[in-house]
Amino acid sequence: MNVNLVKRTLAAVVATGALALGMGAAQAEEVKAGFVYVGPIGDHGWSYRHDIGRQAIEAALGDNATTSYVESVPEGADAERVIRQLAQTGHNLIFTTSFGFMNPTVKVAKQFPNVKFEHATGYKRDANVSTYAARFYEGRYVAGVIAGKMTKSNIVGYVGSFPIPEVVRGINSFMLGAWSVNPDVKVKIVWANTWYDPGKEGDAAKALIDQGADIMVQHTDSPAPLQVAENRGIVGFGQASDMIKFAPKAQLTAIVDHWDEYYVARAKAVMDGTWESTDTWGGIDSGMVDMAPYTNMPDDVKALAEETEAKIASGEIHPFAGPIYDQAGELRIKEGEDATDEMLLGMDWYIKGIDAELPK
Amino acid sequence: MVRLEPRRQHSQAMVYLSPVLAILMTLFVGGIIFSFMGKNPFDALYTFFILPINNSYGISELFVKATPLVIIAIGLSMGFRANVWNIGAEGQLTMGAIFGGGLALYFYDSESMFLLPAMFVLGAIGGAFWGGIPALLRTRFNANEILTSLMLTYVATLFLSFLVHGPWRNPEGFNFPESRPFPDAGLLPVIYDGTRVHLGTAFAVLVVIAGWILLSKSVIGFQLRVVGKAPQAARHVGFRQKRMVWFTLLLGGALSGLAGLFEVAGPIGQLQPAISPGYGFTAIIVAFLGRLHPLGILFGGLIMALTYLGGELAQITLGLPNAVTGLFQGILLFFLLACDVLTKYRVRFGTPAAKGEAA
Repeated sequence: MNVNLVKRTLAAVVATGALALGMGAAQAEEVKAGFVYVGPIGDHGWSYRHDIGRQAIEAALGDNATTSYVESVPEGADAERVIRQLAQTGHNLIFTTSFGFMNPTVKVAKQFPNVKFEHATGYKRDANVSTYAARFYEGRYVAGVIAGKMTKSNIVGYVGSFPIPEVVRGINSFMLGAWSVNPDVKVKIVWANTWYDPGKEGDAAKALIDQGADIMVQHTDSPAPLQVAENRGIVGFGQASDMIKFAPKAQLTAIVDHWDEYYVARAKAVMDGTWESTDTWGGIDSGMVDMAPYTNMPDDVKALAEETEAKIASGEIHPFAGPIYDQAGELRIKEGEDATDEMLLGMDWYIKGIDAELPK
Repeated sequence: MVRLEPRRQHSQAMVYLSPVLAILMTLFVGGIIFSFMGKNPFDALYTFFILPINNSYGISELFVKATPLVIIAIGLSMGFRANVWNIGAEGQLTMGAIFGGGLALYFYDSESMFLLPAMFVLGAIGGAFWGGIPALLRTRFNANEILTSLMLTYVATLFLSFLVHGPWRNPEGFNFPESRPFPDAGLLPVIYDGTRVHLGTAFAVLVVIAGWILLSKSVIGFQLRVVGKAPQAARHVGFRQKRMVWFTLLLGGALSGLAGLFEVAGPIGQLQPAISPGYGFTAIIVAFLGRLHPLGILFGGLIMALTYLGGELAQITLGLPNAVTGLFQGILLFFLLACDVLTKYRVRFGTPAAKGEAA
């Protein structure tokens, strides 16, 4: 009996070992992806779109991938702990989806060389840290063209978050688009000093409408400004996700963040062992920047918008094509040249014609 | 019928029992909520309250998270005892970080060993300065310090935002709103290798001890308690209330300022627009959770920190939403306040007793 038992146990051990070895040889690495969000996934904007991307990984890779996320992580001392917790709990691919997570991401990445990190909108890379972002300014140029055609008061209201290059670039690009069809457009900007605060964003929108704005543009993440536009009977643009449900009569289009393909590709790369540190900045042509359906506008404006979108995708239009002067009248981009990526990434000046002062 | 009957004296036993009772009831109700969300309540409670601290790294993070909460809450509790309602610790924290951090940025290539001590001093001064403004407004113009200290919070955070967007922006940072990283000489040494436990954590323990000595052994501690509990008696014996206002706001400000400096010179390592996820406000809850007593505040700070850590792990391992953290903190506070009733009242069953029998 005893001998039998030992034999059987041994057989079981050998079989299990063989099975484990076999699995290891036949199967690629399983992906366990962790996501760190700066806002709640219910913001219907920035973090929501990243979470859609997370779900795309699960849908595309099925049993080969598991994902988890931590939402509303403050951009301070807490971020490092959350990122490290993800690395410690067996995640081998970690997406940190806000600029403020840059330094903690790089710091934790040094301690976990086998874990791959993907940091959105930052500029610090490492052997196991990639960066990625989208050229949202291309979408804003299209929005500007639409606004230039649609405005009657020639005043555009713009709710900004923080005067960082990303947002300043968006304002410049929007106005270049608007002026390409209507040189009389003026922009009024209110800084909400937040990415997500529906109350503050809504108040900013109201103040802008009271100053005569009949087009609402936002670079904050909640649908509040667009909802205010809907209630006050003007039109505007959605941010980060298609917000048509919140403003069926007001949304002209929305500049949609589309991370799905990128996220799936990066997860597959980890699975295949082909992941490398890269810097990705995708525009309309890559699908990362996606325009929501053009609605609430005449057919000719719609046609113009579609044409502009196609020309940006093909490279025929570059939003920042020279000559471009700054507010002081200095020539920043020469005739016949386009802005370089380096210039776009560090943009801290308004183009000539914007009647506002950049907070310093 | 269940009735509440006032006690002649506060129940000493209940003063200590009620927080324990509150925590037990929070666990119970939390368990019910988890099972409604389709999770095993024991798993969930384990993830929330045990898993974060079942290894030495987790415990070290608990200390890191609790450090600013405890330091600020001790300072605030002094004021609350004397009926001085400083709600603006968040702003004082920010000013401390600006003052102390500013020095580190000015000497950004310094290797001097005096840099860090000087940053401590400036951090405390910055916080005390910001706490002193409501003190001045209260003592000179009788302006309500709740309002002024709260509003000054927004001034401080906007001032920090201005600095990191403008003059103090890192010249090598692609115009992003953050300062240069502090030099090594301006960073708090880590006490325990491999963790983020820094000098500030040790300081927090000292503050708890000092707070306890101040309250129970010193004349000024005695005055604080009298001014708070019996203002007329305090006036009668000549305790000057204005002095209490100044003392508590300056002390609360200085400690908040130090807490802010510890955050930027410790885990963060630079100035950036967001340096605190509302520690100054959470510390108010911690102060009351700890019954305004230094030792209680130490435990209150640790429990509050644990709910944050547990909330993060609950998201990672159970896929629970972040809102659960807030829910837990809310339930805990609710039961704490509810249990307070037991210190002042006695629960009696049946109809009211005849006069004279009531005890």
